[in-house]
Amino acid sequence: MTAGVAFFVGACDLKRAAVIDPKGPIALAERNLLFDAFCVMMLVIVPVIVLTLLFAYRYRASNTKAVYTPTWANSVRLDALTWLIPALIVMAVAVLLWRSTHRLDPYRPLESKEAPLDVQVVAQDWKWLFIYPEQGIAVVNQLAFPAGRPVSLRITSDTVMNSFYVPQLAGQIYAMAGMQTRLQMLADQPGTFVGRNSQYSGGGYSQQHFEVQAMSQADFDAWVARAKQGGAVLDATTYPALAAKSRANPITYYSTVEPRLFDSIIDKYRHSGHAHSAPVRR
Amino acid sequence: MFGKLTIDALPFYSPIAAGGAAVTVGGALLVAVVLTYLKAWKYLWTDWLTSVDHKRIGIMYVVLALIMLLRGFVDALMMRAQQAMALNAGGYLPPEHFDQIFSSHGTIMIFFMAMPFMTGLMNVIVPLQIGTRDVAFPWLNAVSLWLSAAGAALVMVSLVIGKFSTAGWTGYPPYSGVEYNPGVGVDYWIWAILISGVGSTMSGINFIVTILKRRAPGMTLMRMTPFVWTALVASVLMAFAFPAITVACGLLALDRLAGMHFFTNAHGGNMMNYVNLFWIWGHPEVYILILPAFGIFSEVVSTFSRKRLFGYESLVYATAAIGILSFTVWLHHFFTMGSSANVNAFFGVMTMIIAVPTGVKVFNWLLTMYRGRIEFHPSMMWSIGFIVTFVIGGMTGVLLAIPPADFLMHNTTFLVAHFHNMIIPGVLFGYLAGYMYWFPKAFGFAFHRGWGLGAFWCWIIGFYLAFMPLYLLGLKGMPRRMETYNDPTWQPYLLVAASGAVVVLCGIGCMVMQLYVSIRDRAKTRDLTGDPFDGRTLEWSTSSPPPPYNFAVIPTVSDREAFLEMKEKGTAYRRPAAYEPIRVPSNTPIGVILGAFGFVLGFAMVWHIWWLVLASGLVMFAAVIVRSSNDDQEFTMSASEVKRIEDQRYRQLGSRS
Amino acid sequence: MSVAHMSEHEREEIETHEQRALGFWLYLMGDAVIFALLFATYAIMIPGTAGGPTGKQLFDLNNAALETVLLLVSSMTFGFASLQVKAGNRGAVLAWLAITFLLGTGFVFLEVREFAGMIAKGAGPDRSGFLSAFFTLVGTHGVHVTMGLIWIVVLGAQVAFKGLTMPVASRLNRLGLFWHFLDIAWIGIFSIVYLPGLL
Repeated sequence: MTAGVAFFVGACDLKRAAVIDPKGPIALAERNLLFDAFCVMMLVIVPVIVLTLLFAYRYRASNTKAVYTPTWANSVRLDALTWLIPALIVMAVAVLLWRSTHRLDPYRPLESKEAPLDVQVVAQDWKWLFIYPEQGIAVVNQLAFPAGRPVSLRITSDTVMNSFYVPQLAGQIYAMAGMQTRLQMLADQPGTFVGRNSQYSGGGYSQQHFEVQAMSQADFDAWVARAKQGGAVLDATTYPALAAKSRANPITYYSTVEPRLFDSIIDKYRHSGHAHSAPVRR
Repeated sequence: MFGKLTIDALPFYSPIAAGGAAVTVGGALLVAVVLTYLKAWKYLWTDWLTSVDHKRIGIMYVVLALIMLLRGFVDALMMRAQQAMALNAGGYLPPEHFDQIFSSHGTIMIFFMAMPFMTGLMNVIVPLQIGTRDVAFPWLNAVSLWLSAAGAALVMVSLVIGKFSTAGWTGYPPYSGVEYNPGVGVDYWIWAILISGVGSTMSGINFIVTILKRRAPGMTLMRMTPFVWTALVASVLMAFAFPAITVACGLLALDRLAGMHFFTNAHGGNMMNYVNLFWIWGHPEVYILILPAFGIFSEVVSTFSRKRLFGYESLVYATAAIGILSFTVWLHHFFTMGSSANVNAFFGVMTMIIAVPTGVKVFNWLLTMYRGRIEFHPSMMWSIGFIVTFVIGGMTGVLLAIPPADFLMHNTTFLVAHFHNMIIPGVLFGYLAGYMYWFPKAFGFAFHRGWGLGAFWCWIIGFYLAFMPLYLLGLKGMPRRMETYNDPTWQPYLLVAASGAVVVLCGIGCMVMQLYVSIRDRAKTRDLTGDPFDGRTLEWSTSSPPPPYNFAVIPTVSDREAFLEMKEKGTAYRRPAAYEPIRVPSNTPIGVILGAFGFVLGFAMVWHIWWLVLASGLVMFAAVIVRSSNDDQEFTMSASEVKRIEDQRYRQLGSRS
Repeated sequence: MSVAHMSEHEREEIETHEQRALGFWLYLMGDAVIFALLFATYAIMIPGTAGGPTGKQLFDLNNAALETVLLLVSSMTFGFASLQVKAGNRGAVLAWLAITFLLGTGFVFLEVREFAGMIAKGAGPDRSGFLSAFFTLVGTHGVHVTMGLIWIVVLGAQVAFKGLTMPVASRLNRLGLFWHFLDIAWIGIFSIVYLPGLL
């Protein structure tokens, strides 16, 4: 079924469309869900369209040969069918929905032999800051990680609501100030992908995209080492300048990051020890 | 003295904004000049603006909707043009202008095009279909109209004085909060919605009472027409869902005006609460708009298939089920907010379930066409086009209702394509079908078919051209609301989408021509019988246009298709032995006064002109007290006057046979 | 005018008032939705004190209890006014309306004093999300009571000048629904806002 759809769209440049052409198991599972539901829905969409056009043609007023039953308006059997057919289709899709929603819960860690790479993500006006707590580095507008190793993202915003979106690898989730959302990511192969903010956030929104780089472990190690060489420091004194509004930021590396920076960005919106009632799970 | 209002509020900062302002002011001046030239002010005031006749109020609602459709469509054209040319470039619109346009497009199309269009059709037709002389609260009806108009006027004025919101039609905080959006744009948005929302709530109450309490004798609930049923359920949703947006926008206004912290990032605010409140209204709103359109399709398909509606009971139950379920699905608008899998899955499944009664309706229309004698009146074409197109939107809706799939497609142009695919065929095609179906009833002459068919073909072809590429762009990962982009593979799709908007423009041109030609030829195409389509329901039993009292004698109903039964039994058009005097509500300027000062109040709130807020508020308060202390709100039309009008009607009927 | 026609006209008038009563019920249910959402908002925002004072530190149960007594008694006195409407006793109706008005005014006075005291302590609606929700929920109720007071004055004037005609009696009936509805909303406020703040 899935293969059929893949063949259909493969004919044009759509076969490289981000959603059609996932590069990791999560995006692939989400896409397959899309295709499966699409095929199930076709079972009802196609007949309805065909029958509508067919009836419109066959029972046109000028076709006086067609049967005409002006008062026929009830049929228990057909009534039952009109409820049953949609109900059955919906039941099928609902089962698919319930299972997949739990399986692909973005908070659920990926099963893997390797420990996931932790990355903290901060949405700013209008750029993305990625903090690597283990490596002690931070990068603006570039998210690099080893292919094949799960990436566990903790996401917040230091401005209005954003939506962190990497269509080929992970789908999306909102980034909200004073709160933390989570997303899991895994790339099968090395490659470069596009990440964006998909939630309108003001003047620089259209340029608020970032580069996603899945690389070999060796390349990743080299990338970290390169980032460490710059000497730029991200801490409480240098952070406000970075967080100020700016558009189309170049990729920027920070070789040292204050360890609790991510938490302090969340906490500054949550004065005192009072827990926020936010249903968002940590 | 003038609050925040200074000369800088005029749009001289950009030639395009100044052009928009000039067109708005010029259009208003042109209308004023034409009215003065025709010496029509007095006629307009006494026969229309102060009228409490539900038919006239309905027509004014539809006029408002059509004007706002033009404005909203110009916004759409500008967006499509911008995106078609903005590859690696700024296009012709700066971001803050583009953002105002997508915000006003959505706000106008939902609140000031679709809502008035629906309320207008309900106003014209519901009392006629249930066989009554007026709605339950005629002057409240006028107040609803003028408050809606006041809201629309606020949106229009924002083109000339100040700027409109850039926060999208949903106005999510904290972006729409005063910290990130200190200008007046969001305030225009808030007050336009709050003021017109009061009108919508009152319309809902008015129609619930009208339908429950004022049906003709013999018209049991299960003999009501499908349109009346859907109008009833939509009214219930209006009365109980609109309070939610009143709360959402009201609290946002308090944040902005009084420095409160409902939805701010810091100080204990919780922006997620806004998103919930907004969609607790927002999802029922979809059904408020679409259910009456479903009712219209049911009437149209049955009339032009020359066949009784199939599965009436099923349709009624499906309508009621949709009404209830519509309150249980709101979270599907934000699966990506990080709720637990159980919560997301629950709302996903509820969303699927609502597809069942919708599917039932589609099958019922199909089975009504089956073994009928279908006449391709423009209204029937809108209906067929609707079924074929709507099921595609339903399918993509089911895809988006699956949370993990939504993670991929949310906030992309796929979503934009999906909801336009529901609202354009499902809502707008329905209203246009109703508009072309009931036009002769409202005005007494035929609506030109050729231009109507032209409008249909342009709209449907334009729709596919404009929105199918957006589905594909969503698959390519294009977020909505982009003012510029750097992916060259998107541009061909955006060019096709722009061409679709141009084809729709031709469709709107056809609609203008249809009006022009029909009015020009009205003397030749008079509807003398009041029943041009061999109708089945009571509205066709009166003259076109109906007299102020609708029915000289209130009909007694014994079948769902009341008028068809009368024609078959030969009891239609029967003259009573004598006429009774009829009490008719008197015209009153209070509605238009409340609307005017509601507009002033909103404007003063936007610009923080507090003395004007107080003054206009007091005037409105006083007007309500004066009106509600008045016991004599009706006048009696004498039996001889009724007889004179009815005699003329029977002469017309006679001249035809 | 014939007798038959008179009764027809009267029947129409009764129907009109029935329709208005139903319409007013629907309005009250819509208003109840507003209160329900404000209650929900308040419940969500209880933790959002942003380091500012909590309900426990601010609320004075004695004041709230006194407000409750005033409002409940005013509901009772309005009930007496309604009984006198049925009895057709214009003077008694006016007297009971006046007492109801005084009790309602006392309620509004206590509420305004409480608000002013909190604002003076720096615990105004702009201090925290929690206080925004508190002032908005309780204040919305207070605005309703104030509207009810104005309405009592307007209808009192109608009773005085027009007498207990059918339209005036029908309006008094709807005002009664409104006034009792405010009691119910207040009981919600007392038990959701004031009581738990002290436990």
